[in-house]
Amino acid sequence: MPVNRMFRTDPATGLVFHEPADKLMRWNAVAAVVSLLIGGLLAIGVVLTRWQAVHLLPPDRFYQVLTAHGINMLIFWIIFFEIAVLYFAASTLLKCRLATPAMGWAGFWLMVVGALVNNYSVFRGDSSVMFTSYAPMGAHPTFYLGLILFAVGALVACFVFFGTLVVARAERTYRNSVPLVTFGAITAAIIAVFTIAAGAIILIPTFLWSVGLVNYIDSLMYKTVWWAFGHSSQQVNVAAHVSVWYAIAAIVFGAKPMSEKVSRSAFLLYIFFLQLASAHHLLADPGLTSNWKIFNTSYAMYLAVLASMVHGLTVPGSIEVAQRKKGYTQGLFEWLRKAPWGNPCFSAMFISLVGFGFLGGISGVMMGTEQLNLIIHNTIYVPGHFHATVVIGTTLAFMGLTYFLIPVLFRRELAFPTMAKYQPYVFGLAMGGVALFLMGAGTLGVPRRHWDIGFAGNAFPYEFPGAAWLMMALAGISGLIAIVGGGMYLLITVWSVFLGKKIQTPGFQHVRARDGMAPRVVPAAGPVIAGHGSAGMIAPGTFALAMVFLVSFVLYYFVNWKYLSTVWPLK
Amino acid sequence: MTISSTSERVWWKEPLERTELIWIVIALVWCLIMFFMMPYWHLYGQQNLANEAYRAKPADFAKKAEEIIAKHKVREEGPDNLKVPVVHPPAGSDVYLIAQLWRWYPMLELEAGKSYRIHLMSMDWLHGFSLQPENINIQVHPGYEHVVTVTPTHPGTYSILCNEYCGVNHHTMASRLYVVK
Repeated sequence: MPVNRMFRTDPATGLVFHEPADKLMRWNAVAAVVSLLIGGLLAIGVVLTRWQAVHLLPPDRFYQVLTAHGINMLIFWIIFFEIAVLYFAASTLLKCRLATPAMGWAGFWLMVVGALVNNYSVFRGDSSVMFTSYAPMGAHPTFYLGLILFAVGALVACFVFFGTLVVARAERTYRNSVPLVTFGAITAAIIAVFTIAAGAIILIPTFLWSVGLVNYIDSLMYKTVWWAFGHSSQQVNVAAHVSVWYAIAAIVFGAKPMSEKVSRSAFLLYIFFLQLASAHHLLADPGLTSNWKIFNTSYAMYLAVLASMVHGLTVPGSIEVAQRKKGYTQGLFEWLRKAPWGNPCFSAMFISLVGFGFLGGISGVMMGTEQLNLIIHNTIYVPGHFHATVVIGTTLAFMGLTYFLIPVLFRRELAFPTMAKYQPYVFGLAMGGVALFLMGAGTLGVPRRHWDIGFAGNAFPYEFPGAAWLMMALAGISGLIAIVGGGMYLLITVWSVFLGKKIQTPGFQHVRARDGMAPRVVPAAGPVIAGHGSAGMIAPGTFALAMVFLVSFVLYYFVNWKYLSTVWPLK
Repeated sequence: MTISSTSERVWWKEPLERTELIWIVIALVWCLIMFFMMPYWHLYGQQNLANEAYRAKPADFAKKAEEIIAKHKVREEGPDNLKVPVVHPPAGSDVYLIAQLWRWYPMLELEAGKSYRIHLMSMDWLHGFSLQPENINIQVHPGYEHVVTVTPTHPGTYSILCNEYCGVNHHTMASRLYVVK
């Protein structure tokens, strides 16, 4: 079989792109952005309906739109983008040809068809079953079929990624270990494999049930196995966006991890323990013992939390070290003040990091505590939490990476650079508002996935406190601003890719590598500790920020225990 | 470019930096504290979800609920076409609460300071028991009879909402719970 070995070198960055991989990355990225566009349009319906003063859509339409919004955002946008990141991490960073590009295309088209089939079922109107699709509430068979096709496509892409790693090793395209970003991508891909396996275990029988070949699906079994798929897929996102943080730190600052050992060990903890955290969706469910709940969601989960806390320190820490080497050594925070806040690649990454940690991380651990879950379960606090993790964390990190990829991958100049400068702030801060206000409303008991908290026409209405209505209105306003921020991203991206000025480089050339790429000589690493810090630390500013984080975490955690202690005794 | 470079040294043999080491120790200690909070609360806290649950058939559960309603019904509430019985069970007794599309049945009237064994089960799809404004939230499954012992603290009129999406009329699934002296 002939093997395409054509490469191009990006003149600005020196990155090497294998042509078939390059094309697959571009198409996956485009499919991701299209999904984001659909999900974003649907978000308008969700936001304007839950803002009770507007209450735009009728109930059936609202539940339908909410279902489609969740699936397009959480699955299609993020996973298409992640596949592009996987190919980048394997082919480009290892300077290696992509293994079996034909299989890459097969995977891509399976994903596209799956996404279309699933959207078709939801827009038919008889599959408004939400992202979670809890049996025995049933959807049209094409709902499950679409998800299965998409998952198979994603699995194929993961194996193209693994195959590329094998090729890279066999053809000796890199020396020593794989780079940290690739290591993180491997973590994401490994988690993706067992995530998709869990998805197959639950979605295939449910599909058979929906066409009448299986006659009973146990609701607790469904929920347990489904979350091994549903939550783990969010852990794929965490591994992927943490890799993107490291990538952006390296791209913008030339930062190197403070120690490879710590960062990589933290990724390993993800592989070992993240999957167990899926159990925290079952804390308020009958039929599972407290021992099971505590082991899965705490003992093991907290080792994954530990890993995230480590990344939360090492990413800004590596930036601080890089900045201090450049001479920004005044006080604790000059390195941060003098960071390129006007570069959307950096600002998106930094807001993503802070939002993920402070809003998403702390609230997630609180919710995942067995007893505390009682005062939060299924309230709108939960969407508040995951808009901080998945939207500020993952989506914003991916947006930041996009600003780097447009010139490098699509070879176009970034359109509307001034708008791009502000986009991460508009989107990130507004989404921070959404997360905070939804969490606030959730602590007042406002349910999630609920069309009318006013209970108009109900025989036994509940009157939520005024503060809850205010929070929902503020969440609505923040949501609209966030949608504008998302629109800015879409405009910049689509305009740049299709209408942007082409980057013409005189030195641009295709390179043919007969036996893989010749390994470049890597300069010997200097001493890791360069002595630019203070108090015996190379990153004292980051450490101070980490302590602020810890204090917030501890306070918030115990405030919730205090709150729990005031509700009715239960046993 | 640093993004694609690695050091010559094998990564697991690299030295640990002090900032990282101190943070890892602090974070690990905090993770262990959070872990021990849960068993601690089982021993010394008042709010723990029951581990008591049984597999049950919807018809059997509904029959038991009807027996309690027949014995302890005190009045009916609601508009004529949707009358819901209000049950005032004796303190300490077993009480049955049915979740179904799209109502809670029956309505309960409990005494403050007394404990009750509330049996929760769904007849059809998943539902979410959400007691407001206490904000106690419990998942309700079909086929799993969950027994939760509660002790209401203050008299008043409370609401039970459904907070697990259960189809197009999910938002209409609301009921009351009375706590009297």
